[in-house]
Amino acid sequence: MNPKQSDRRNFLKNGAALAGLAVGAATTALPAAAETAPDIDELHKYGERSPLVKSVRIGSINNPERHLKDEPVAFGLKSPLQDQVGMITPSSLHFIVSHGYEPPDLDPREHRFLIHGMVDRPLIFTVDDLKRLPSVSRFHFIECHGNSSPGGPGGPERKAVIATAQDTHGFTSCSLWTGVPLSLLLKEAGVQKGATWILAEGADASKHSKSIPIGKALDDAIVAYGMNGEPIRPEQGFPLRLVTPGWQGINNVKWLRRIEVVDEPYMAMMETSRYPSVKLDGKSRWFEFELGPKSVITRPSGGQRLAARGYYEISGLAWSGGGAIRRVEVSADGGRTWKDAQLHDPVAKKAHTRFSAPWTWDGEEAVLQSRCTDDQGTVQPTVAEVAKLWGADVDYLKKTSAIVGDFNAIQPWKVNRDGSVQNALF
Amino acid sequence: MRFSKLLAVGIALLASRAALAQTPSYKGVGRTPTQEEIQTMDISAGPDGKGLPAGQGTAKEGAPLFAAKCAVCHGANAEGAKIGPRLTGGQAEIDSLKTLQPVRTVGGYWPYATSVWDYINRAMPRNQAGTLSPSEVYALTAFILAKSNIIKEDDVMDAKTLPKVQMPNRNGFVPPRYQDVVDEHKRGCKQGVCP
Repeated sequence: MNPKQSDRRNFLKNGAALAGLAVGAATTALPAAAETAPDIDELHKYGERSPLVKSVRIGSINNPERHLKDEPVAFGLKSPLQDQVGMITPSSLHFIVSHGYEPPDLDPREHRFLIHGMVDRPLIFTVDDLKRLPSVSRFHFIECHGNSSPGGPGGPERKAVIATAQDTHGFTSCSLWTGVPLSLLLKEAGVQKGATWILAEGADASKHSKSIPIGKALDDAIVAYGMNGEPIRPEQGFPLRLVTPGWQGINNVKWLRRIEVVDEPYMAMMETSRYPSVKLDGKSRWFEFELGPKSVITRPSGGQRLAARGYYEISGLAWSGGGAIRRVEVSADGGRTWKDAQLHDPVAKKAHTRFSAPWTWDGEEAVLQSRCTDDQGTVQPTVAEVAKLWGADVDYLKKTSAIVGDFNAIQPWKVNRDGSVQNALF
Repeated sequence: MRFSKLLAVGIALLASRAALAQTPSYKGVGRTPTQEEIQTMDISAGPDGKGLPAGQGTAKEGAPLFAAKCAVCHGANAEGAKIGPRLTGGQAEIDSLKTLQPVRTVGGYWPYATSVWDYINRAMPRNQAGTLSPSEVYALTAFILAKSNIIKEDDVMDAKTLPKVQMPNRNGFVPPRYQDVVDEHKRGCKQGVCP
């Protein structure tokens, strides 16, 4: 429990005692207590979850030797998928990947957003300016391209037999994003002939920049100021974030301050040094954008334990950068037989989609897995198929220390006779 | 004379009609930035040198600067230390890309020298970004490149020479030309097909 919560709970106890006292002795003034006690109205102004609900993000790229707050250690905090219901990720549990910096402390009244470069009319906006423009609200997932990769800094946790759905798939989250379509802003600015890319830049300490083909900018990208009904959280880009639906997380530039319209990618640090996927022949595939179809059963999932034989609802999440999820199939026998799961509304494009299927556990070993198909007809692959696509074998995926980008293989969970559930990827 | 005047009026009319067609639809929302505002915010440098400012530097000039501002994190010779990653590299690192332990460094992986300038300029030194002059950034870029044996100690790096530096891993990317990233919707790997 953090000190704030503890203060609050103590106050609630004291407050109740105080109220009881006050009833019995209405005229007895308690000036000292009244001065120190916080205003009871303040407590209800911003809600908190029950102190009994403990679900939190966990770090997987943590450097245990990190001891200085200011040390430039990249960190990733995964979202607890196994504890979530529905298809929205609570903003406070949205995953975070930081490239070594804390979120900047930005004042929306001071913040400016510039569009310039190959445009007829460069434009500069305040956040309030943007709120005057026609807005859209859309459900979209954001996923790190390294999510569920067997290799890379989070590889050991992801591959562990004891891994939870958070360990294996926690670098994806889904929100209702509200903002102005970037296409509208670019139309206002007047994109010039010959423009083929945009360079989007954030106001963080490293001024993260990312080149994005102009086709995406004119398609469904959003300059967002809202997230799940409130201003975007500071760690998610307050006050402005570029949302590029269905594309690798790195394109969704937080703390957006500038878009330059250009005629070539600018070969920024992340897109040339960190995010290309190194393949077995030593060549790196760069400028990959769209994430493939992926799904994971979140209940029952790794680390959970079935209490008894009998009925269980299998529940999970499916999503694709290619569009809407059209179908999810579930298998309880290691992939020998499959049956269609039910898709829960809303089924939105490039958004998490909740699915469920009934299942009765007979007390024997079982392997649960899901596979999804998006509305382009692309089917989520098996591990063996992903390996083949990489020109490698499954052993390579097991052993490589490099991030296997866009790894979207089917995730099996093994149910043991004692009811325990474990990661059965390999 | 009169005819040309008429022509001019006609052209102006046509031009204004064209301008009208492109008039922004959302009047009074946002404003035109000043040149100074654009210049202050526009910090990016492209692979062909677009955006690189005047100024110059050599590895020799960069050495004391690196020792004072960068070595504490990246090590005296840019070999990496506890806090900052290794920056130097060459063929050995390129060879490592085919193994289960690929190593990516500035010298041994980054395809463009301009990216080095751009990143130092926008992000370094940590939490003091923006304090280096353009010439200092050129000198530090030169220092890292020279430590990786990509250029010589006395080679002058500036807006003209830097984009011409050939990085060792420049041909290590697919598709080889970014111009071939034509279909931005293609995935890392679709079922059965890798782009």
